[in-house]
Amino acid sequence: MISKEAETLIKVDGLKKAFGDIDVLKGIDTDIHRGEVVVVVGPSGSGKSTFLRCLNLLEQPTGGHIFFENTDITDSKVNINLHRQKMGMVFQQFNLFPHMTVLKNMTLAPMKLLGMKKEEAEGKAMNLLARVGLADRANAYPSQLSGGQKQRIAIVRALCMDPDVMLFDEPTSALDPEMVGEVLEVMKELAKSGMTMVCVTHEMGFAKEVADRVIFIDEGVIMEQGTPKEFFGNPQSPRLKDFLSKVLV
Amino acid sequence: MGILTFAGWLAEAPAWIAGLPEWLQNILFQLYQTFVYQNRWKFFVDGLKITCIVTVGALALGVLIGLIVGVIRTSYETGSKKHKSFLFTLLNGLCKVYLTVIRGTPMMVQLLIMGFVVMVPKSDTGMILCGVVTLGINSGAYVAEIVRSGIMSISAGQTEAGRSLGFNYVQTMWYVVIPQAVKNILPALGNEMITLLKDTSLVSVIALRDVTKQAQNLVSKTYQAYVPYISLALIYLVLVMVLSKLLSVLERRLRKSDQ
Repeated sequence: MISKEAETLIKVDGLKKAFGDIDVLKGIDTDIHRGEVVVVVGPSGSGKSTFLRCLNLLEQPTGGHIFFENTDITDSKVNINLHRQKMGMVFQQFNLFPHMTVLKNMTLAPMKLLGMKKEEAEGKAMNLLARVGLADRANAYPSQLSGGQKQRIAIVRALCMDPDVMLFDEPTSALDPEMVGEVLEVMKELAKSGMTMVCVTHEMGFAKEVADRVIFIDEGVIMEQGTPKEFFGNPQSPRLKDFLSKVLV
Repeated sequence: MGILTFAGWLAEAPAWIAGLPEWLQNILFQLYQTFVYQNRWKFFVDGLKITCIVTVGALALGVLIGLIVGVIRTSYETGSKKHKSFLFTLLNGLCKVYLTVIRGTPMMVQLLIMGFVVMVPKSDTGMILCGVVTLGINSGAYVAEIVRSGIMSISAGQTEAGRSLGFNYVQTMWYVVIPQAVKNILPALGNEMITLLKDTSLVSVIALRDVTKQAQNLVSKTYQAYVPYISLALIYLVLVMVLSKLLSVLERRLRKSDQ
């Protein structure tokens, strides 16, 4: 469990996001501490993915502030590209670069953005590949990999930049059922290693086992949050009770 | 030097030719006066040089312009409202005017205007430059639309993945989107290149002595159109076949990641 004194890594302050006339996020406040594993759940269309995508400004918030490592990244004078280097992101659709080998996918950003030498970047990438059991696929192209393998590569690609936080946007939703496990294993291992993680997911088992805190987003606000024990054992709001009754069969 | 006559040629020709049927003699005579007599093959070689220089120069310029205009147009249309500054809107407007004007007027007219109104070249180099610039600007408009279709064919997820790693917009385009887009647009781009190669035959209107102009000059000397023009067509055909071959090799190499 995370101690109360842990440093705040991301501070979300009154975050709002509207697409045209539709208010998707109506004011979200939360702090994410270093080393904390936060799982975000909610019905589809609730704004949970939008919330995650606002954290690294893939979606531009229409109101409120996001402080990352004490910098207000919603300030237009801040160079968001530098801060994104410290925020790894994993997507539902993997988004590996199909024209590059696995190794090139992983070394591109460290070499071009951090000025890492080729040997150093490749050494680091090979270590990470070994950690997820894919060292033998280093020279394969993404089209030659299974979905589970692609997602594991996407995770280690983000890790190559030594991020301070990892954002997961429904990382197992596009996978065949038999491949979900291998990706969750990698994420569990990552959580145990002390990585700060924010995961939008439908995997309630993962939330129960790994999360320090579970957030329930519905209708653009945080309806309820708490430790997995409180959250699943004693839900307060009727909306959450209803939601849990549908997803925990 | 007077005009070479059929009878004059036959008298000088090796004896075995006299035994051939007359139609064959006729063709041999025409081939002789098109290519061999007074070393006329050199005209074709000189013209071919101009054709190749203009094609390669215009291709390079066209792809450069097309890439820039295509990226500006795509990023303007896909970008959020917040990033549409006055300068960006102006730039996009200029690109749209460029596309409309260039695609809306014939290449021949563009050549006439550039050659006799805008650039008015005096030297040989000036004329070549005028040809390269005109054809390059023309081709750029078509390449821009091809590039735009290519960039739009790459899913937004690719851009997001690049941006989430910390690449800025231009780096994401350069390392992630454009290499994939180029692969997708290669067939269309190849088409445009072939069209451009053949369109260089129009530069004769600004007095550039390309291979077409040389063939025309030859016809006006010999009053025989058959062999020079058929040969001209064959020259273009071979050039296009070589270009197609190069493009298909390139395409195969880029498809390596799709096994």
